[in-house]
Amino acid sequence: MSTEAPETPPAREDSRRGTLTSSRGRLADPIFKWVVTACGTLVLVILALMVLRTVSEAWPVFVKEGFFGFLIGDEWDAGSSRDEITGTYGAWPFIYGTLVTAVIALAIALPLAIMVAVYLTHLAPRRLAKPLSYTVELLAAVPSVIFGLWGLHWFLPNVLRPFFEFLEGTLGWFFLFEGPVRGVGYLPAGIVLAIMILPIMTAIIREVVAVQPLEQQMAAYALGSTRWEVVSKVVLPSSFSGIVAATMLGLGRALGETIAVLMLIGGSQSWGASLFGTGSSMASHIAATFGEASPEGRTGLMAIGVALFLVTMIVNILARVIVWRLGQHTGDAAV
Amino acid sequence: MSTTTTTPPTPSAPSGHTPLSVRSRGAGTRRAKDRVASVVLTAAMVLAMIPLVLIIFEVTRRGIGVVDLDFLTQREPPPRREGGGYAAGFVGTLYIMALAVLMSIPFGIATAVYIVEYGPNRLTAVIRFFTDVMTGIPSIFVGLFVYGLLVVGWGGLGFGTFVGAVAIAVMMLPIVTRSAEEMLRLVPQEIRNASYGLGARKWQTIVHTVLPAAGPGLATGSMLAVARGIGETAPLMLTAFGSGLIVTAFQGSAQGAVPLQLYRGASQPFEAGIDRAWGAALCLFALVLLFTVVARWIGSRGAARTS
Repeated sequence: MSTEAPETPPAREDSRRGTLTSSRGRLADPIFKWVVTACGTLVLVILALMVLRTVSEAWPVFVKEGFFGFLIGDEWDAGSSRDEITGTYGAWPFIYGTLVTAVIALAIALPLAIMVAVYLTHLAPRRLAKPLSYTVELLAAVPSVIFGLWGLHWFLPNVLRPFFEFLEGTLGWFFLFEGPVRGVGYLPAGIVLAIMILPIMTAIIREVVAVQPLEQQMAAYALGSTRWEVVSKVVLPSSFSGIVAATMLGLGRALGETIAVLMLIGGSQSWGASLFGTGSSMASHIAATFGEASPEGRTGLMAIGVALFLVTMIVNILARVIVWRLGQHTGDAAV
Repeated sequence: MSTTTTTPPTPSAPSGHTPLSVRSRGAGTRRAKDRVASVVLTAAMVLAMIPLVLIIFEVTRRGIGVVDLDFLTQREPPPRREGGGYAAGFVGTLYIMALAVLMSIPFGIATAVYIVEYGPNRLTAVIRFFTDVMTGIPSIFVGLFVYGLLVVGWGGLGFGTFVGAVAIAVMMLPIVTRSAEEMLRLVPQEIRNASYGLGARKWQTIVHTVLPAAGPGLATGSMLAVARGIGETAPLMLTAFGSGLIVTAFQGSAQGAVPLQLYRGASQPFEAGIDRAWGAALCLFALVLLFTVVARWIGSRGAARTS
C-alpha cells in the first residue's frame, strides 16, 4: 500500500495537467480557427485591394478620356506631367492586338486540344495515355520567357518566316495575308500563344470527355456505330459545356500573356488588318513601356491594366461558373 | 446510322457486329471515315508534342555550351562582349523565391485548411471560387497591383527584392491553395476520428495528424507553385525592376532575376547576349523541369501509399 501511495499524487498532477492543457486547448481552438479564417480571407482582401488600388490609380485617365473613349480611342500619346493628365490615351490599338492574337491562338489551339483530348481518352494505347498527357502538360510548365526566346530566335526564322512568305506569295491578295512579311507580328505571337494555351485546354477537355457516361457510348457501339461516330455524335456533343469552359480558360490565358507576346508581336503602336502586321497587346504594351514611362504615362498603363483585368475576369468567372456547374470532379488543382 | 437500319439482317448473318455494318449500305464510307479520323487524331497528338520536343532540343543545343561555372558565378558584361554570366540573376531569383515561398506557402496551406476543415460554408465557397479566379489573373496585372500598392503607394517602398517577392507570392498563392485543398481532402476521415477519439482537439488533430498525413501532397503542390514562380517575368519587370549587379538589399534598390536578364539579353541584337540568354533558358528550364518532375514523383508516391 505504501508503495502505491506515491503514485496517487503524480496521477492527480497528471489529471490536473490534463485539465490545464484542455483549458489551453479550449483557448487554442478558437485562436487556430481565427488564424486560418484570416488566412483564407486574405485571398479576398488581396483581390479587393487589387481592384481598389489599380482603379484609383487609373481613375484620372478614365475621367479625362471617359471609359469608352479610352477603349475606342486609337491615339496613344503619353504626357510627361507629374500630377495631371496632359496626354491622349486611347487603348484601341492594344485592345485590337490582344483580341487578334487571342483569336488566332484559339483558332489553332481549340481543334487541336479537342483532337488530342479525344486521342488520349479513346484512341491511345492504355500504357501510352498517361505519359502522353503528362508530356503535353509539361508544356504548361515551360516559362513564357523561354517560349519568347525560342519563338523569336528559332521558331520564327526557321519555320514561321518561310511559311509566312509562302502564304504571302499565294494568298497575298487577301487582306489578312497582305505583305510585307516582317517576321514579328500578330500571326507569330498568336501561333506561339496557341502552343502555350494548348495544355490547359487539353487538360480540361480530356477530363470532361473522360467522364462521359459509358452506357451511352456502349449503346451506340451496340447499334453498330464506328468509334468516330461514337466520339462525334455521342461524346463530343455532351462535352459541349466543358469545351466552352476550356475555351474560356484558354482565352483568359491568351489575353493576359505578356512576355512571349511582347517578344513576338513587334511592339508598334499601329494596328491594321494584315496578320503579318506588327502591333502590341495590352499586356505587352504595359511591359514594354513601363520602365521608361513618366509618372503620367504609368497612370495610363495602369488604366490599360484595369481594362485587361476586367476582360480577363469576366472571361475567367464565366469559365469557372461553367466548370462548377459541370460538377466537382472536373476541378483540377493544376489548372 | 439511318443507312444501317434500312438493311434488314439476313438469316445467314454470322455472330459479331462487324458483318452487319459491312453489309449495310454506306458502311464502307463510314469505316473509311473512322480510319481517317483515327489517323487525324494521331497526327494531332504528334503535332501537339512537336513544340515541346523542339523547345527541349533547341534550348539544350544552344544552352549547353554556355552554362559552366563562370556562367553561374560571374556578372554579366555589356551585351556585345562574350563570356561572363548571370550570377546577379541567380542571386536575385534565389532571394526573391525564398521570400515568396515564405509568404505564399504558409498562407496557401492555411487557406486550404480553412476550406477543408472548417467548411463547407458560404465563406469557404466564396474563397474557393475567387482562388480559382485568381489563377487566371494576368501576371502583368499582378505586377501593376504591387507597383500601385507597395512601390509607389503606402509609403513608397520603391523597387526591390521584397516587392518582387510579394508579386511572385501573389502568383503562387492560388496554386498552393488549390493543390493543398485537394490533398487535404484525400486524408481519410477515419484518421481525424481516431485523433479525436484519443482526446485531441481540432487544432491538434489538424496540426499533428491531418497535415503530416497530407505532407507529400502539400510538398507536391508547393513545388509546382515554385516551378511556376521561378519563371515569372512580367510581374518582376514592374516590381523588382531588374539589375545587373548582385543586390543583397531586402528592399529599396532594384533587384535582378534570371528571367529578366534572359528577356533583356534575348531582345537585344547582340550575338553574345543572345547566347547567354540561351544558357539562362537552359538553367531555368532545368530548374522548372526538376521541380515539376520531382513534385509529380512525390505526388504519385503519396497517392500510391494512400490507396
